[in-house]
Amino acid sequence: MYFDRCDPLKGEPLSILAPDGSLREDLRPNFPDDRAVEFYERMTVMRLADRMAMTMQREGNLGTYAPFYGQEACQASAAFLQPGDWLAPSYRETGALFLRGVPLANLYRYWMGDERGMLMPEGLRNLPIAVVVGAQALHAVGVAWAMKLKGEAGAAAVYFGDGASSQGDVHEAMNFAGVFKTPTVFICQNNQFAISLPRRRQTAAATIAQRAAGYGFPGLLIDGNDIFAVAGAMQEALAEARAGLGPRFIEMLTYRLGPHTTADDPRKYRSDEELAEQKRFDPLARLRVYLENRGLWSRERQDRLEAAGRAEVEAAARAALEAPPPDPADIFSYVYRRPPPYLERQRKELPAEGPPAAARVAAPA
Amino acid sequence: MANLNIVSALNQALDQELARDPRVMILGEDVGREGGVFRVTDGLQKKYGEERVVDTPLAESAIVGTALGLAVGGMLPVAEIQFEGFLALAMDQLCNQVARYRWRSRGRYGPALVVRVPWGGGIHAPEHHSDSPEAWFVHVPGLVVVMPATPYDAKGLLLAALRSGEPVLFCEPKRIYRALKDEVPEGDYTVPIGKARVARTGKDLTIVAWGAMLREALKAAEELAAENLGAEVIDLRTLSPMDSDAIVRSVRKTGRLVVVHEAPRTMGLAAEIAARVGEEALTSLLAPVERVTGFDAVMPLGKLEDRYLPDYRRVLAAARRTLAA
Ligand SMILES: Cc1ncc(C[n+]2csc(CCOP(=O)(O)OP(=O)(O)O)c2C)c(N)n1
Repeated sequence: MYFDRCDPLKGEPLSILAPDGSLREDLRPNFPDDRAVEFYERMTVMRLADRMAMTMQREGNLGTYAPFYGQEACQASAAFLQPGDWLAPSYRETGALFLRGVPLANLYRYWMGDERGMLMPEGLRNLPIAVVVGAQALHAVGVAWAMKLKGEAGAAAVYFGDGASSQGDVHEAMNFAGVFKTPTVFICQNNQFAISLPRRRQTAAATIAQRAAGYGFPGLLIDGNDIFAVAGAMQEALAEARAGLGPRFIEMLTYRLGPHTTADDPRKYRSDEELAEQKRFDPLARLRVYLENRGLWSRERQDRLEAAGRAEVEAAARAALEAPPPDPADIFSYVYRRPPPYLERQRKELPAEGPPAAARVAAPA
Repeated sequence: MANLNIVSALNQALDQELARDPRVMILGEDVGREGGVFRVTDGLQKKYGEERVVDTPLAESAIVGTALGLAVGGMLPVAEIQFEGFLALAMDQLCNQVARYRWRSRGRYGPALVVRVPWGGGIHAPEHHSDSPEAWFVHVPGLVVVMPATPYDAKGLLLAALRSGEPVLFCEPKRIYRALKDEVPEGDYTVPIGKARVARTGKDLTIVAWGAMLREALKAAEELAAENLGAEVIDLRTLSPMDSDAIVRSVRKTGRLVVVHEAPRTMGLAAEIAARVGEEALTSLLAPVERVTGFDAVMPLGKLEDRYLPDYRRVLAAARRTLAA
């Protein structure tokens, strides 16, 4: 319904829930109000979780972190995946992984530089977090292809940014997906920036979604701050992919309200005015207005939610902070299935303790 | 003369060469407006414009591949790859294309270009931001690989690289980008490519290091000096083509050799250095060559990084072993 009626070449994004909280009932997907409430709640906690990571970083307890502030509705698209579907995340998918059942404490530990946080829970088909921009798109095509070969009725969703859409890996993944008709859903979170590079300098094309046409499958441009559009697009793309109709591409227009990472200073490349303007399109604010207008949300519920959310997030942070330090011998774990004997000898060379504090070097500004 | 860190020394070299040679241009991710994630190109776009200091789309293979074309077409490109881990995406362009272009065109097109890349560990960064893959590249015929360890050499080697007429992979030890300062002449000078530097003289053993490991080697040498043991420290500076003559000369004098690198041990540069010393100075050796290196394991994330990276204590232990042999 959405892929058919919205032509990405025209550049008009699918919009169902407007920034003022009004809803296009004629476009409403199968996303009833009780689900909207549930999503609002999880997205709110997600935002608190993101903020907590930023706080932990500022307090020196966490290394670099890539916040998803402003992209909560896009991240929430992961909630439409079934446990048997695959999710291929980039580094910015902390919110998506949180909704996919990855303990928040693990995600914090990953960003604290503790490899134990990289272990995804058993039974969930989450690929590891990809730091090499775009690489995971090919993996998502591979796992989807395997599902097809094995006759599984599932799909693989891959998340990446507008910058990643310039990578050969992403183009090649789209081409393979088209040729082999794999059940892959490409989710491009166009948050308008790849670090400092604005979207208009990333590609001369009017939209990223229109690329799908060049690879022989449908693409759809949506307002990525509109959870109803996200729900509609995701449900349709997943259903069609699962039904064997081949890959689908969704470009979610959003805006990164935070820095690229905690090491980034966005004032180098965007103005405070632009940021203030973009805050008007906040995905949470409009959903809240919508729910309030329908009598489904109140100040009291908000307070209760925030208190519970804060407690949840603080508990996760505590668990991450209080975890015992990793065993240095772990450096040698998981490198080979059968480690060569010399690796065992190297394990014995590990210094008993780290270098004295004075010998450590601070990260550059 | 000014007291500069490596970042400022590199910035000054780029600034001066952009001013001097109209063919010079910079291209890469976030090098313009942002001035590079480590600020090496800070201010240069403002000064030289968006055509000479270019923010490219996010695609490493395209950055290096178009740099080749730009070079053949008459420009002198300085491509920046944001972190060494992402150089893998440009492997074909750098190793199969750039490095062989002179050979493939029977000498007609020797693409003169520089690929600058922050290199190595020590800043507690995420995955792929802390590796030391120099051994991947020194194995490629036709590619020159350079890694300065001081601000003075950073400027001089970068200017030399730009004027060398060769494709140069310029590895920048990010851990010491701002950690040390040096007297750096404001004017024009070059540091010869292909020449190692004796960073400290000594007669009892030779320590070879480069990049951020030079500091660890020098610190170990200082501790040994307190015990009246003289370590000669060689800063390799150019990793390929390698100045093994300088190493052999030193080992002939000292009879003992320790090689230090961050990269994994097996088939790393230390192996090649040991082989060359074996070929040319075997009879001078009084002890087996010692290697102090990263482990044959994936570079860990921040929390265990300090345990992976060699530090002066491991250099010192190796030096004592070789002295005791
Ligand atoms: C192959 C590769 N090149 C460069 C980087 C450094 N880097 C990390 S994120 C990023 C920008 C990515 O932008 P985009 O794809 O739009 O996603 P966003 O970070 O905005 O979510 C860059 C250049 C990287 N991680 N991988």
